[in-house]
Amino acid sequence: MQKFDAFTGNLAVATAMKQVNPDVCAAYPITPSTDIMMIFSDFVANGEVNTELVTVESEHSAMSACIGAALAGGRVMTATSSAGLAYMWELLGVASGLRCSMIMTCVNRALSAPLNIHCDHSDAMGARDTGWIQIFSENAQEAYDNIIQAVRITEHRDVRLPVMVCLDGFIISHSYEKMQYMEDKDVKDFIGEFKPYRSLLNVDKPETFGAMVLPNYYMEFKRQVREGMENARQVILEIGKEFGDKFGRYYSYFEEYMLEDAEVVFVVMSSAAGTVKHVVNNLRKRGVKAGVLKPRVFRPFPHVEASRVLRNAKFICVLDRAETFGGEGGPLYLEIKSALQTDKNNVPVVSRIFGLGQRDFLPIHVENLYEEIEAFFKTGKIKMFDYVNVRE
Amino acid sequence: MQEKLVLNFKELAQRYEKEVEKFAQGHRLCAGCGAPIALRHMFMAAYPDDVVISNATGCVEVSTTLYPFTSWRVPYIHSAFENAAATIAGAESMYKSLKRQGKINKEIKFVAVAGDGGTYDIGFQALSGAMERRHNILYICYNNEAYMNTGIQRSSATPFGASTTTAPAGKKVPGKLQPRKDLTAIIVEHRPDYVAQASINNPRDFMTKVRKALDKSGPTFINVLAPCPRGWQHPSEETIEMAQLAVDTCIWPLYEVDEGYRWKVNYIPKEKKPVKEWLEKQGRFKHLFSPKYEGLIEEIQKYVDREWEILLKKAEIFS
Repeated sequence: MQKFDAFTGNLAVATAMKQVNPDVCAAYPITPSTDIMMIFSDFVANGEVNTELVTVESEHSAMSACIGAALAGGRVMTATSSAGLAYMWELLGVASGLRCSMIMTCVNRALSAPLNIHCDHSDAMGARDTGWIQIFSENAQEAYDNIIQAVRITEHRDVRLPVMVCLDGFIISHSYEKMQYMEDKDVKDFIGEFKPYRSLLNVDKPETFGAMVLPNYYMEFKRQVREGMENARQVILEIGKEFGDKFGRYYSYFEEYMLEDAEVVFVVMSSAAGTVKHVVNNLRKRGVKAGVLKPRVFRPFPHVEASRVLRNAKFICVLDRAETFGGEGGPLYLEIKSALQTDKNNVPVVSRIFGLGQRDFLPIHVENLYEEIEAFFKTGKIKMFDYVNVRE
Repeated sequence: MQEKLVLNFKELAQRYEKEVEKFAQGHRLCAGCGAPIALRHMFMAAYPDDVVISNATGCVEVSTTLYPFTSWRVPYIHSAFENAAATIAGAESMYKSLKRQGKINKEIKFVAVAGDGGTYDIGFQALSGAMERRHNILYICYNNEAYMNTGIQRSSATPFGASTTTAPAGKKVPGKLQPRKDLTAIIVEHRPDYVAQASINNPRDFMTKVRKALDKSGPTFINVLAPCPRGWQHPSEETIEMAQLAVDTCIWPLYEVDEGYRWKVNYIPKEKKPVKEWLEKQGRFKHLFSPKYEGLIEEIQKYVDREWEILLKKAEIFS
């Protein structure tokens, strides 16, 4: 039995957290994720969860406490944004390297300078190579569903890697939308009981966590993180299907929107995908074979599968809400371009950076992009890299 | 008045002898290092409690956990340099949560171990936070007065006039120009359940303090002086003597603050030795004895006298 109600993205995440009922939450306030922990603190204050809430003095300590708590054998969750995630950066690799099961919501926000509290993906992209599974959400519904699936993913014996669930700051975190949510009992049944793999609290069988490892063993540890990440591919698919069978909303690596016969493909993540889908609808009405590939799982990146669904594309435009300054294009562009190599596909693919610091990204901007592409089909000329909606 | 805690050391030693040593031999700490002495005494005092250790990056960590070996026969976690307090706070919070939910029923103590760099400097914020949140933890700083693990760089625990690799004594500069930070007093201002300064030359005092701290149900902190033959530049076999002299010259007084306000000086030397006797035995202060830096030893003596007087006064007023 599921119900509908109006949720902001942050309320959706906090609600999922309440239903998961983690043993420990350690978090530090930062806009726009603050809301999540504010709402969750009410659940704690009213005894609606069993959680021990640790209101730490920094994000660095938030992640440190989460690591200590996770290795002490229980469910652990936190939330952050932007500078908060950057401040945690050192510990992100510790969390994955020590094979911690935990879930962090990253409400995506731009990095300084200049200071900006609004949405872009530069925070999460800065953490893309830290051994965290990264799942991006288009809306509140996906954020809610992703959190619940993340519990199963992070705790899976073959994975045991931390999971970061991303949603767009303000655009999703602070906007109300209609969302379907499950009953507490159904969530409880879906996630099951937590079974610690190893625990610091197991005083009868003491173990050393976080040993000093020299060149003779270090690489094996990192190879095992890679192995967990590879195993996550199958696990993510299985859990996405099981979730769909139970609750009616199916999840995979990505969403394919009118992709089957699409010649012009936009690749875009998170909330902006909605804007692009809207323009694609209009283009379709005009007879243009356009489509959208919306990656949901960024780490591990589904190269083989992405390449397969892009096989018929005649032109690909990858939209990134983050920069790589000096790279060939945005981070998503780099993944897509290397994915195409798995099929030796030489289809033209361009990189467009949009929405940094939440610069408006409107249907008109997508329409303009299509016009550029249309011109390319006639002239063979197009900028390989460009910014969208920016002053010269 | 609280009951006075008196440890029966003979009985403790006899009992502990039959137990397996929790801090195993074969670690790679230097001969004459003060830290493992403190750790073994800590474990002896903690017996028979079960403890979980969180250790900051530093000499102890790199020398005791070289994969695939470990010296720790208790659950142990090392996460990073600056977060021993936050890490143990996380483990203690999980324990509290699981205990409240009836998922665990054992009694476990939580102890963070870090050097002065990981405590006074880079780990200061996490330590302050953990004390303020009143986790039920004991934080032990093994204080060797510099960043010894990275090669003897000055920390805010380094005393005035000491030569280190980042504040070396040169032709113009006599080593460190600033006095050390009084971290123990700063921690007292957090009003934790128990705070103490100890030294490895006095195991009875240190172990009693560890036991007192572990018997509290809130945050506790012990700053234990642990000389470093490499950094202090004294012969390995004189480590205990260096600690003894630090206490006898009153540059490192042994005291405790119970319940946040009850100050007590645990050791008042019969005859307070001049600080010169401590300085002259260590290579790091050698330059202070050259004519070029004349007068600085008197400065240090004045500082020690003043600090000692303040401490005695505090103990007199708030006893």
